[in-house]
Amino acid sequence: MKPAPFAYRRPGTLAEAVSALAGEPDAKVLAGGQSLVPLLSMRLASPAMLVDINGIPDLDAIVVNDAGDAVEGDDGGVRVGALARHAAVLASPEVRRVQPLVPMALQHVAHATIRNRGTTVGSIVHADAAAEMPVVLALLGGSVEVEGPGGRRTIPAEELFLGPLQSSVAHDEIAVSAYVPGLAAGAGVAFDEIARRHGDYALVGAAALVEGDRVRVGYLSVGDVPTVVDLSGVADDELGEAALAHLDPPDDIHATAAYRAQLVRVLTTRVVRSARDMAEGL
Amino acid sequence: MSEELHDVRLTVNGATHEIRVPARRLLSDALRHDLGLTGTHVGCEHGVCGACTILVDGAPMRSCLMFAVSAAGHELTTVEGLADPDGSLGPVQQAFLECHGLQCGFCTPGFLTTITAGLRDNPTPTHEEARDMIAGNLCRCTGYQNIVKAVERAAEIGAERA
Repeated sequence: MKPAPFAYRRPGTLAEAVSALAGEPDAKVLAGGQSLVPLLSMRLASPAMLVDINGIPDLDAIVVNDAGDAVEGDDGGVRVGALARHAAVLASPEVRRVQPLVPMALQHVAHATIRNRGTTVGSIVHADAAAEMPVVLALLGGSVEVEGPGGRRTIPAEELFLGPLQSSVAHDEIAVSAYVPGLAAGAGVAFDEIARRHGDYALVGAAALVEGDRVRVGYLSVGDVPTVVDLSGVADDELGEAALAHLDPPDDIHATAAYRAQLVRVLTTRVVRSARDMAEGL
Repeated sequence: MSEELHDVRLTVNGATHEIRVPARRLLSDALRHDLGLTGTHVGCEHGVCGACTILVDGAPMRSCLMFAVSAAGHELTTVEGLADPDGSLGPVQQAFLECHGLQCGFCTPGFLTTITAGLRDNPTPTHEEARDMIAGNLCRCTGYQNIVKAVERAAEIGAERA
């Protein structure tokens, strides 16, 4: 099918984009479009207006701060602009050095062809609980900066994801960048997922962050929103069951709830071990 | 109510075209219907099959997941632009011919564009990298084995011609 008609605006500045959104309550922001355009073509969405932000300069910046720079946080961090394509973020050696979980997860985002156009910030605010980057933001305690008619505000990850494909970015706001803190010295991260085919949506995915005795794991495709579970102090052979006490994996045409639970057990153990190995420098 | 139309200047395979289209015109449809470049094929029309893959400033992208209005200012390359300047087959096309890399041919334009860009980034792929290069494209005929061979053969031809 083809998208339903919509008005199209391609502002040259962020201020014009915000004002275009303010003038049309039923407008959507178009960045990479790799999730939005299929929704339009299948007519699952038919907004009255698209505000294409691809003409706004400087939104593709990827800014990396090292630990000690004290610009964003003590451990440094990565700030990715709204037009930074997945491929550019994935290829950045600076991002990999400061927060390796970002490229670990990005290589599982769709296929290279989609990553050439799709944006990391777009993927986060699309808020698909089956997507990788919302989980990365949630696990690392990142945030999204948005601009609206009232100016800029920062939405922490824990307040961003409201439900399936629902974020707390208001209709008249534009996500300008996403930020994740860098990996502390001596900490470890890992990401893994099980999909029918490489590049497909994961049946279950998991990301782990190990910092000293603190062990946290974030999950995709097990609920309506990215879910982070604290597994600090749990014995290795009980990790899976401990995680499942906090999760309610769904049944759908892709996998049964029982199979997803089994994947949670397998992946939890796998990512925690791998993150711990990294933390211990193995 | 008539739909608002936009004047769009597209640069495709080095030639500039002016079209007047509604904002919802998919780039794949603009190429095929407005410009008559029917080499780009449309399969699933939601980004899964890869048949409509073209090069945007040299990088493979799904033309069904872009609007023509968003493509202005970019250099687009379709399968029609992959032949050598004298009209003979480009390295990837030649490799598909030699390796029997296609049967019905519907998916082939997307493979050719994807592999052309892939070999530009990595001119000497391992077998595993050759498989990974085409992981985002679906073919319902060949079972992929001869397409993987074609990737490896195209790398050889590229080296021979360099």
